[in-house]
Amino acid sequence: MLECKNLGIQFGGLKAVDNFNLNIEKGMLYGLIGPNGAGKTTVFNLLTGVYKPTTGTIRLEGNLINGKTPTQINNMGIARTFQNIRLFSNMSVLDNVKAALHEKVRYSLLTSMTHIFGFGKKEKEMDELATDILKVFSLDDKSDTLSGNLPYGEQRKLEIARALATSPSLLLLDEPAAGMNPNETEELMKTIRQIRDMYNVTILLIEHDMKLVAGICEKLSVLNFGTELASGTPSEVLNNPEVITAYLGE
Amino acid sequence: MKVNKKTIINIVIMLLAYALVFVLINSGVLSRQYKSLIVPICVNIMLAVSLNLVTGFLGELSLGHAGFMSIGAYSSALLSIALSNTFPPVLAFFTALICGGISAAFFGFLIGVPVLRLRGDYLAIVTLAFGEIIKSIINYLKITGGSKGLSKIPLYSDYKNFTVVFVIMVITIVLISNLIDSRDGRAIKSIRDNDIAAESIGINISRYKVMAFVIAAGFAGIAGALYAHNVGIIKPGIFDYNKSIEILVFVVLGGMGNIPGSIISAIILTLLPEFLRGADNLRMLLYAIVLIVMMIFNNSKFKSGLSLNRTFRKLGREE
Amino acid sequence: MLINFIEQLINGLRTGSIYALIAIGYTMVYGIAKMINFAHGDIIMVGAYALYFSISVLGLPVPIALLITVIICGVLGVMIEKVAYKPLRSAPPLAVLITAIGMSFFLQSASLLIFGSTPIPFQSVIPNVNISIGPVVISSITVVTLIVTAIAMILLTLFVNKTKLGSAMRAVSEDKGAAELMGINVNSTISMTFAIGSALAAVAGVLYICQYQSMKPTLGALPGIKAFVAAVLGGIGSIPGAMIGGILLGLIESVSKAYISTELADAIVFGVLIVVLLFRPSGLLGKKKIVKV
Repeated sequence: MLECKNLGIQFGGLKAVDNFNLNIEKGMLYGLIGPNGAGKTTVFNLLTGVYKPTTGTIRLEGNLINGKTPTQINNMGIARTFQNIRLFSNMSVLDNVKAALHEKVRYSLLTSMTHIFGFGKKEKEMDELATDILKVFSLDDKSDTLSGNLPYGEQRKLEIARALATSPSLLLLDEPAAGMNPNETEELMKTIRQIRDMYNVTILLIEHDMKLVAGICEKLSVLNFGTELASGTPSEVLNNPEVITAYLGE
Repeated sequence: MKVNKKTIINIVIMLLAYALVFVLINSGVLSRQYKSLIVPICVNIMLAVSLNLVTGFLGELSLGHAGFMSIGAYSSALLSIALSNTFPPVLAFFTALICGGISAAFFGFLIGVPVLRLRGDYLAIVTLAFGEIIKSIINYLKITGGSKGLSKIPLYSDYKNFTVVFVIMVITIVLISNLIDSRDGRAIKSIRDNDIAAESIGINISRYKVMAFVIAAGFAGIAGALYAHNVGIIKPGIFDYNKSIEILVFVVLGGMGNIPGSIISAIILTLLPEFLRGADNLRMLLYAIVLIVMMIFNNSKFKSGLSLNRTFRKLGREE
Repeated sequence: MLINFIEQLINGLRTGSIYALIAIGYTMVYGIAKMINFAHGDIIMVGAYALYFSISVLGLPVPIALLITVIICGVLGVMIEKVAYKPLRSAPPLAVLITAIGMSFFLQSASLLIFGSTPIPFQSVIPNVNISIGPVVISSITVVTLIVTAIAMILLTLFVNKTKLGSAMRAVSEDKGAAELMGINVNSTISMTFAIGSALAAVAGVLYICQYQSMKPTLGALPGIKAFVAAVLGGIGSIPGAMIGGILLGLIESVSKAYISTELADAIVFGVLIVVLLFRPSGLLGKKKIVKV
């Protein structure tokens, strides 16, 4: 469903990502791993249109997406989370998710300003959809909390909930378990598998902890210095001598 | 319409406010001086609430709000002077108001081009430049009366017509508050909180930035129109940078992103100079101190928040 | 016709060099503190009043009065930074900007309270004689303005590029965190930047007041904003950019005043700002930034 060919981006003289190829099948849980600074987040930024690639193509279900804006790309079905959390911190937990339902439940500006012409019905529909998603992450009892006041782990979960609310076909998770303890991480990995099945969504996730991804991903790609080092099933990749060198050093 | 406790409380407050002013005007308690302040208070409330949409909810600083006000004031005044002999006053007044709102909104749309390309400091400076350009052009043109100003504007929004002004003000407040608490309002607030994340969930940032500026400009234009028909004579100097800052002070004192706060601070700061009569210079000093102290206080360690809109949050809770 | 044009250019060069002196302050502060110091324009006003007060009220000799003016403005700049901006270093940019506007308003209204709104006439400290070079007539004030500006710029360039403090300044504007790790005292470097910028504004204030010979509390606002336009035109953060931007803007203003309309000259200058920001936001000599996600 997602196909990147010869993807590359250059900042000044630096090739942050170079000749990167990726092929993800529908429904897969795919892991993108690599040491710090390997260019993983840059790949996400390319996939979501935050950066425009210097070379190569990105296709989502056959449609070319490079050159599109982040907004357009999200509307085409890619949603993401951020490594450094980017919530709408002055808005409530519920409103964070409702903001993401923006395209799904629509009404006119006139309705917005007057609160009539079916406003109540549409808002109720949004509330219900949002609450359903929040329930998956056990955040439904915190709907009215300001999202900036949530504990760190729940902020990460809320970001995933918000991304899911845009009904993506491909969900990109940027280090979803960063800063969590082993128990929380394990629980999160379960949730990730669960949402893949519940929402029928393909997931690409970034992690630099290899053991962790090996547990849940069906396929991995390893990135080092902006280029692909190896790809395949977790056991293939983890036994690849080049990957071991990249992680442990010479 | 969602009828709940909040709505009822707000309606009661509005009715009480109206009754209070009505009694004050008709009982003869108020001096002429104070009566003449009633419409300017409503105008300032409208300006503060509309600027709050851009500064408090969209998170962009606009230093040209007085420019939009002036466009509304001049365009409506020119129209109602032209219509005064042929149209009945009520019709002329409303046509002029709508014209004022639409022309200002149109200029709000024009400023949309820089709004989309710039942010933060640069955008603030461009809005300032925009306001100054409008002022210079009004000063230069013959039709606006140049620096001598435009006079003999029919006094349609005199305090005797307080009811009309009050209703228009309430409509403004209701429409903007409703907007904020809606699908479109959430989009606007999400851009303020994190524009990159807003894009990532499919919100069309450009559309909403321009929308916020156009709506705010439109209401500032209507406020300007009410002002013009209240004072009867307008000069370009009234709508200068200082006026824009004054509106910003209302918003900052009331709390960014807080509509009741904007209303209260607009009332207080419009009345205050009357109590400090003769000390107009003190008013400016006070504004300066308000801006500095509010910012430092809001961001100090004592207020552990990262956000700008903590002040008056308690007050704004019913919003 | 040609002679008139040359005279207009020389006028533009004079105004432009004053703008350049002020623009340097904006650009240095922006480079180092990443903020627009809105109050910078009002330092010019403080400089003008300080000179007036030292000469006309205290009766000090001109050189001492000039020195006092520069010192007062430098100290004021540092104080503004300490009181208003330092507490907000980690605050959102909007808060800093509003504080800076508040500071500008504060200086204006404070001087309004002290000196009143009636313009105060002021005798130029530079003797006013006209110098003729062929058919072109230049006033001595113009000559002094150009010379003083040139000297100030040469000294500043040497300071920034050749001294240890100058390289500390450049380091802090590149990367505050890294500079701190290298043992540079960031706070004192920022203070120094404000001091230098404000001292240059004081010089600009003196030159400005010698030209216009009348003072009111808002005298700094317009040249302040225009100098900001100059800084943006040249590329904010770049000192040579501010110099070129200032002079260019002075020329544009002078030519539009002479050949288009005096009333519209300000609108044209602001129009230049909008056009530059829209089509080349990094200015003539500025650097482009990459937003990190």
